[in-house]
Order: sequence, then structure tokens, then C-alpha cells
Amino acid sequence: MSNGKTQINRRTALKGLGAGTLAASGVLPGSLGFAQAQSSAPIKIGFQKHATGIGAAYGRWYDATTTAAVARINDMGGINGRPVEIVTEDDGTDPKRGAEVLEKFATQHNCDVAFGTLFSHVVIGSAPRAGELKLPYFVVSEGHHVASGMLNRYTLQPGITDVKSQVKSMAPFVGDNLGKKVTMIYPDFAFGHDHRDFFSEAIEAQGGEVVAKIAIPPTETSFTRYFPNIPRETEVVYHVMVGPGVLTFVKELGEFFGPSRPEIFGFIDSLEAVSINSPGLEFLEGTYFWEGNPRHAQANQTEFDKAYREAVGVDEMGASTADAKDVSTYAHMFGCWETLNIIKAGMESAHYQGPGDRAKLIEAVEAMTDMPESMDHPQGPKRFNGKTHQTFGVQYISKVENGKLVVQHTASIEDGMYEDEVDYTTQSF
Amino acid sequence: MEFGPHLMLAALEGAVTAAILALTAMGLSIVFGVMRVVNVAHGEFYMLGAVLAWWVATVLGTHPAIGFVAALIIAPALVGGIAMVADRLVLKRVAYDADRTIVATIGMLYIIQQTTLMTFGPDARPVEPPFNTRLALPWFEWGENGFAMFWPWGLSTTSYKLFVIAAAAVVLVALWLVITRTKAGLLMRATQQDSETAQAFGVPVGRVYSLVFGLGAGLAALGAVLVVPIQQAHYLMGHDPLLLSFIVVIIGGLGSLPGTVIAALLIGMSDGIISVFFSPTLAKIIATLLVALVLVFRPQGLMGRAQT
Repeated sequence: MSNGKTQINRRTALKGLGAGTLAASGVLPGSLGFAQAQSSAPIKIGFQKHATGIGAAYGRWYDATTTAAVARINDMGGINGRPVEIVTEDDGTDPKRGAEVLEKFATQHNCDVAFGTLFSHVVIGSAPRAGELKLPYFVVSEGHHVASGMLNRYTLQPGITDVKSQVKSMAPFVGDNLGKKVTMIYPDFAFGHDHRDFFSEAIEAQGGEVVAKIAIPPTETSFTRYFPNIPRETEVVYHVMVGPGVLTFVKELGEFFGPSRPEIFGFIDSLEAVSINSPGLEFLEGTYFWEGNPRHAQANQTEFDKAYREAVGVDEMGASTADAKDVSTYAHMFGCWETLNIIKAGMESAHYQGPGDRAKLIEAVEAMTDMPESMDHPQGPKRFNGKTHQTFGVQYISKVENGKLVVQHTASIEDGMYEDEVDYTTQSF
Repeated sequence: MEFGPHLMLAALEGAVTAAILALTAMGLSIVFGVMRVVNVAHGEFYMLGAVLAWWVATVLGTHPAIGFVAALIIAPALVGGIAMVADRLVLKRVAYDADRTIVATIGMLYIIQQTTLMTFGPDARPVEPPFNTRLALPWFEWGENGFAMFWPWGLSTTSYKLFVIAAAAVVLVALWLVITRTKAGLLMRATQQDSETAQAFGVPVGRVYSLVFGLGAGLAALGAVLVVPIQQAHYLMGHDPLLLSFIVVIIGGLGSLPGTVIAALLIGMSDGIISVFFSPTLAKIIATLLVALVLVFRPQGLMGRAQT
């Protein structure tokens, strides 16, 4: 090998052949667990990741959660005896790229299903393509677009609740405890519009009213100029923001009010991936947050939450165990973990073999109903509605006390239920 | 909010925008004025300034004020250095040809942006301001009891925002002094008027070009270091400053320094005021419309000299 070229002699060639044969017949230790399946080829799950663009913080943590969930599934023997492989593609948090990524999953990578999208405009941009490609598309988005009937039979949201259900279960708490006159501040795209429409409706049902609606583009970097539109009569400021500017948003909100703030109720989205103890956020003490999953480990933490944190690598303050400054998107990312377990359960009950069984997989998921709190569902129990393709679950309201988010109220599954707006099961495949 | 305090808040916000914009647009204007190069990568030098400020503050890890002062010196210097290297390696090789420099700087834009994405990552990261006190502002009104002072809800600014406005003013005055009162400024002006004749008189035109390109990028970076404690460092943050700088430079007159400052004030303040009273989108629409009107009716800009 001194001349820089690779020489193959008889001995190395035999070794290589032998190893190849062993691997092909599945006798090597690594593949033992999956050997009984009819096909031991991996099940490929396309992960549409917001690796870049305004959703990057979520993308990184959705990735960490997905990796941990898949490692657990593979440790337990995979799906139907086959290992699970994640194929990751960056969608740039961009709807157009999102649709292209689904195309790549279906035609280039031969993925069995696609999964993992958060931002609602990307979901709405991608879902029609998923329908055309007949590729089951499991989103983790919170948007109401799935249950509203806007999408199609191939798009499902079984692992995370939607905005309509979240705000419906929050409104009674806001109306009873904080005030009746609410000013809403929300991002100016589909997700924010869900908040605007459904919270206005829900607070009116509580005898309250929304006195002002302030929409802010999700790419905005400077926020003070929007705040003078908050009317003086406001009793509660309701805020929800996304994008790279969230820390600036909350900081400037505090600077605007100074010592005389009204009650503040926020969706933790406004502070996902940001430490609640960042300089300038002291004014949040005593304010309330919706949390999909409590970021800070609570006194009555379940064993499931504890094990889930450990598996993903998150400490009891919701930050990475490797870097205490790297705060996770804890209120949302559990959705990836739970969705992957639902895909596994669905594929197992459908005896899923390959892309030919995609319709059977969707029918199997549609048949699901109650999912008890367990290691598969560490955030809490869920109830899936097969007709609307949307899951329902518990919601948490936390108060900032001494720099910690402490759960004050847990809204039940029933609190967030609403009438069906669509029946996807009547659509043909 | 009542009209008066509302307008005052809008003006304060507009003044911060205008201050940062004046620095950034000045960089673009100098580069065009002296080198006749349209630097499309200007916004990325701005972004690089913010990212390096975060890096300096994090590496030092000391008191926020020390980290910030260090960033204020190191980040613009580093960005200026990178720009000078880029000038030598790229712009000089295409002989400062107008068309080819545009394409070359578009290439630089992507290289800088993607390198930042690969190293710094896609997250927005904050830099702590050296000081940041909320200053509630009073308002005066003739009421039933005569002249009265009161403190309207939400009418406030921060000490840091006032500092940004002051710092930008100081830098602009210093820049004006350098250009009009020093030998370096004389060489720059000579190169701007006629680079061939300047060269014949022994002006090292090549070196002047490199320095000017570095200075332009450094000014953008300085603006970004000032703004990063208010906003956050993010790899996509260069887009808006580039667009606004172009608007300012076109309205003010390409290469005209007083025109650039006037246009920056105009655009910054109107952006602040229109955003507060109407919507930020409308502010951008009006600014772009203004550019179109200037291009049609006064192509040389407010203060630019007509080309012969």
C-alpha cells in the first residue's frame, strides 16, 4: 500500500466476501433483533425538518426528540420486527420547499411515511402534495387546518392538540381569573389567525371580549411600535409569537409596560427555546403561560416525564443536559415522540409491509381512540378523533413564580373538545 | 394611546431605525461613491458584524459592558478586514467592472450567509446591552387645571436606545471629519473624482479601493453591533438593512454623504411613524414608492449631482 493505491490480495478479498455474506443473511449481532421479519429492510420515515429559516430552534429540538424516540423504538425491536430509519430533509421553514421535500421522500428516498412538520404555513403548503403522492403525512403542528377539513385524508395530527382546542380550554381560566377585556398579539399567518379566531370566539362565550387584535409578521425584528395599539382599557394581554425575534418581542413588551402592566397571559411559543430567566424578562414574574408540556419539572412529575426527559437529554429546567443555556422547545416537541409511537402502533395493527399498505396504515390510525398516559404518551392521555384526524389532550396553565413555571391548572381533554367539522374517513384514498 | 405621546413614541422608535440605517447606508454610499461598486453583499457584512459581536461577547464571557465595548471595536475591524481581503481576491480580479462586481457581490452574499449558517447556526442569539434602564417619559398638556405634566401609559424608551442614537451621530461626525479634514479623506475624494488622474498623481488607487471597501463593510458592522443588544444576531438579518440601505442611497443620491444622512432620517423616521400609526408593510410600500418617484423625477437623487 506504499504506492498510495489500494491493493486487494486474496486474503482481504475473502474476508470482505465473508463479512458481506454474514451481513446479508442477517447473522451479524446488530441485526439479530430484526431477523424474524418477512423483510428486514428498514421502515423509512421522512422527517421534514425546519433546520433553517424562522423555525430552526424548533427543528433542532424536534430532531433531538425524534432521534431519541426512534432509538427507543429500535431498542424495543423496531416496527413489525423491522428497524426504523429516519430520513431528514431541511424544508427551510418554507412552504414551497416543504412540498418539494415531500416529493423527495416519496420518489427519491422511498419513504413509507412523512412526518414532523411544525409551522402551519409549511403544513398547508405541503399537505396537498402529500395527498397527490398518496404519502401518509403525520404533522406535529398545532394548527387547526387538519381538523378544519382544509387538508386531506393523507394528513393526520395524532400527537399534538390543535390551537382551537387549546384556546377553548384556556378561555375559562383567562375570563375567570385574569380579566374580561383582552388584547391579542399574534403572528400574522395561519397559526396566529387560528388563535385570533378561536380565542375571540371562546372568550366571548365566557362573557369577555377582545378589545384589540394586533397582528405582527413572523419575520419582524422590532416590536415596540406595535404596542401603542394596546388600548388603555385592556385587562389582559394575550400574546403568542414565533420566529427568531421572540426574545426581543417579550423584552420590548416588558419595557413598554414598565411597572404598570396589565395581567399577561402568553402561549409559551413566545418563549420556546428561550430561558425565562434571560435579562429583561423579570417582568414576567406573576404572569401566566399556556404550556403544551410543562418545561420545568413539577413537584408531582410523572415517571414517564422523568424517563422522557432523560431519553431526549433535557434537564429539569427544560434545557439540554449538555448545555444549560440551550433551552428546548419542551411544550411542543413531545408531539414528535408521541407521533412516532402512534405510527408504530398503527403499522403494527395494520401489519404494514410496504408502501402498498399506506391506506391500511391510515385506516388503522383512524381507528384509534383513547391513548392512556404511558411511556408512549408521556405528556398525558390523548383521545384521537379518526374522523377529523386530530388528537385531543390535556393542557397546562403555568404561573411564573421565582423564575420557575409552576402549573396552576390542568385543563381536561373534555375542556378542549369541539364539534367535528369534517369527516375525512368518507374521502376515498 | 393619545395622539401626542403616540407620535413621540413613534418618533423615538424611528430615530433608532434612522440612526442604524444612516450608518449602514453610509457604508454602501461610500463604496459606491469612490469605487462605483454596487455592493449587494452589504447586508451580509451587517449580519456578520452582529454575529461577531455575539461571538466576542460570548468568548470574553465577562461583564456585559466589557464584552460590548470589545465587540464594538473588534467586530467592525474584523468585518472590515474580511471585506478588504474580499476586495483583493474578488473585486480587483474582475477589474471593478460594474456588471461583474454585482454578480461577484451576489456570490459573496451567499458565501457569507451560508458560512454563517454552517458555523453560527440558524438560531437567533442575544447580546446583553451594557446598560438598559427603562425611561418613562412625561407628556405635557393644557387641562382643566392649566398646564400639567403626566406620565402616559407605555410612553417610554430605554437608556440604551438613546445611546444608539448618540453613538451613530458621533460616528457620522467623525466620518465626515475624516473625509473632509485628513489626508486619507483627500485621497478618497481624489479617487472618487477621477481615479485615473489620481493614479497619475501618485495616489495608490488600489489600496484606497481596499480601504474604502473595508470601511464601508465596517460601518455596516458597526451599525449591527449597536443594534444587536436591541434585536438579536441571526443569519438572515442582513436582508432588510440591504433593502433599506439601497432605498436610502437611491433617494439621497448615490455617493452623496449629506444626501445619505438626510434620506436615512427621512426613511427611518417615516418608517417608525407610519409603522406605528398604520402598518409596517405600508411603511415599506411608501418607501419603495418614494424610490420609484425619485428615479423618475430626480434620477440623481436628492443631493446627487447629475451625471454628464
